[in-house]
Amino acid sequence: MENERKLTIARAMAEAMAQEMRIDPSVFVMGEDIAELGGVFGNTRGLLEEFGKERVRDTPISETGFIGAAVGAAQDGMKPVVELMFVDFFGVCFDAIYNLMAKNTYFSGGNFNVPMVLMTSTGGGYSDAGQHSQCLYGSFAHLPGMKVVSPSNAYDAKGLMTAALRDPNPVIYMFHKGLQGMGWLGTEAGAITHVPDESYEVEIGKAAIAREGRDVTIVSIAQGVHHGLKAADALAQQGISAEVVDLRSLVPLDRETVRASVAKTGRLIVVDEDYHSYGVSGEIIATVTESNMADLKAPPRRIAYPDVPIPFARVMEQHCLPNADKIAAAARELCGAPVPA
Amino acid sequence: MQPAKDTLAWMYEKMVTSRRFENAIEKIYMEGKSPVFNMADGPIPGEMHLSDGQEPVAVGVCAHLEAGDVVTATHRPHHQAIAKGVDLKKMAAEIFGKATGLSGGRGGHMHIFDAEVNFACSGIIAQGMGPAAGAALSRQIQGKPGVAVSFIGEGAANQGAFHEALNLAAVWKLPMVVVVEDNAWGISVSKEASTAIKRNSDRAAAYGIPGHYIPGNDPLKIYEVAGEAIARARRGEGPTLIEVETYRLAGHFMGDAEGYRPDGEKDGLFAKDPIPVMRTSLLADGSFTDAELDGLETSAQAAVDEAIRFARDSADPKPEDALTAVFA
Ligand SMILES: Cc1ncc(C[n+]2csc(CCOP(=O)(O)OP(=O)(O)O)c2C)c(N)n1
Ligand SMILES: [Mg+2]
Repeated sequence: MENERKLTIARAMAEAMAQEMRIDPSVFVMGEDIAELGGVFGNTRGLLEEFGKERVRDTPISETGFIGAAVGAAQDGMKPVVELMFVDFFGVCFDAIYNLMAKNTYFSGGNFNVPMVLMTSTGGGYSDAGQHSQCLYGSFAHLPGMKVVSPSNAYDAKGLMTAALRDPNPVIYMFHKGLQGMGWLGTEAGAITHVPDESYEVEIGKAAIAREGRDVTIVSIAQGVHHGLKAADALAQQGISAEVVDLRSLVPLDRETVRASVAKTGRLIVVDEDYHSYGVSGEIIATVTESNMADLKAPPRRIAYPDVPIPFARVMEQHCLPNADKIAAAARELCGAPVPA
Repeated sequence: MQPAKDTLAWMYEKMVTSRRFENAIEKIYMEGKSPVFNMADGPIPGEMHLSDGQEPVAVGVCAHLEAGDVVTATHRPHHQAIAKGVDLKKMAAEIFGKATGLSGGRGGHMHIFDAEVNFACSGIIAQGMGPAAGAALSRQIQGKPGVAVSFIGEGAANQGAFHEALNLAAVWKLPMVVVVEDNAWGISVSKEASTAIKRNSDRAAAYGIPGHYIPGNDPLKIYEVAGEAIARARRGEGPTLIEVETYRLAGHFMGDAEGYRPDGEKDGLFAKDPIPVMRTSLLADGSFTDAELDGLETSAQAAVDEAIRFARDSADPKPEDALTAVFA
């Protein structure tokens, strides 16, 4: 493609923040190791150099303190972007998130707004064990009052960040480590995409059809979308046409796009790297079965992380994680197709 | 209180064991990770936080502990585990993610658990504090002997759990000792940039308990101060907060480019490497001969070699074992 500008998700996130900081002096960024280091996952690189220490702040390891501070600053006219380095650390600061950030707009009857972005890394697959590998998408999406997004590629990463920064509400921006484009965490080639120079928004709450198909709908988010796309490639060789829906946002959830896809294909597989029970996969299936039972030619399936803490050992972790083979196998079963030789 | 000769020998041997163990881990960790460094690859995947340079804290404190005493450790736990007497073979196997590891490969390097010697970890900053206070409370309620020591980094003193647990320990006079390893850095953020006061030991005043700062990464001074604090806890007189100046000779984790360190900082630290410093001083004051110290190093190396061999030779867990052991 002419004028193609391929960026990683990490760089796309930083670019969106920089562009918004240039035009909106109320935006500032804080978190652990986000200034001098540019973020452990690279998503704030270059911000300190351009905007200085006042607006790009390394914090002490005090998540309750600085996320609570972001709430207070947001209510006082600023637009803070705060980073919780790994989503797994939400345990030490969740009150600031779900009892303050997510509720103060409602409690105040709208006389306070809480326009802030909380960005946090998700996901495993590289043997970081059970306190550094979780997704926890569903835990955030379950609690009312905060928007929740997670990009699968750099184009969406930039547009969702810009939209989040312009949203008058708190947005949890979850980025999957395996998609960040940091070499030391591996690199998912499909996440590195063309990113326009200029600022743009990707609407929060709109899913994307990542691949069109006729026979089965694969719904996922973030890393799961890439597993779905790889499964779709494999299935195509066998004559099964899979449609892949990238949710991009969990709150609000684009139920219409999911329903319309299943209305077309009649089969549903939800792929979720978060825990199996009480989460995103159940919500998506309920979205379809509550209104579109008649569309389904087979019971829906979910390929999710089993209900166990995430183990360190590679063989055990890989056994638990969703992957393209598991998705393709489920799709073949749903379509009544034989296992290929 | 000067340690007896056999204690000194134990301290030196454990420091060397820890260092040699980490040298071995460091080398093996890089296997399969070049030319492209991807954490997921090689015989030891995942994050790796080395404790090179911080050995004096572990031995100076643990020299006063018995198997029945409780230690909670952090994401950087190897030196403390070795000094507390965690089974080195099973610990090595855990770090490799083998079936014979302490947790059968479920925990890995940041989650070293050995109930035999009452050793536990958390990779979440300062989250060893509450459990250490709880273990101390349990001993107090049960009238059972023993103290609980929580090792944390200086960065953890800015976390709520540190303050909440210290206040608990102080108000209930729990047999607990908090040992802050001040290596000057929390990943890329310096103590100076993150902490409002110079010495975290001064925070003891907020809880009405003794606070001690130990400069110089000196195992003998640590031994002395920790000895008093632990004896005090055993007498039922309550907790103590100790901060020790120590040195992180490696990066925060392996793969860290350490661009945030001021020029020359590492060279200065290597010149103060506590292991050669201790060796020199043990020889200089005539308490040990070269041959004696060589002997301790040889036996440390032998223990490390045996542990690494055991880990390498052990089988992987069964993949489906991931689904077991969630509940008792
Ligand atoms: C609650 C929490 N926040 C952040 C982190 C990420 N993290 C891991 S180690 C570290 C720095 C810790 O510094 P310090 O306590 O001084 O220990 P050191 O690494 O120097 O041994 C940080 C911020 C974490 N593990 N837990
Ligand atoms: Mg430190």
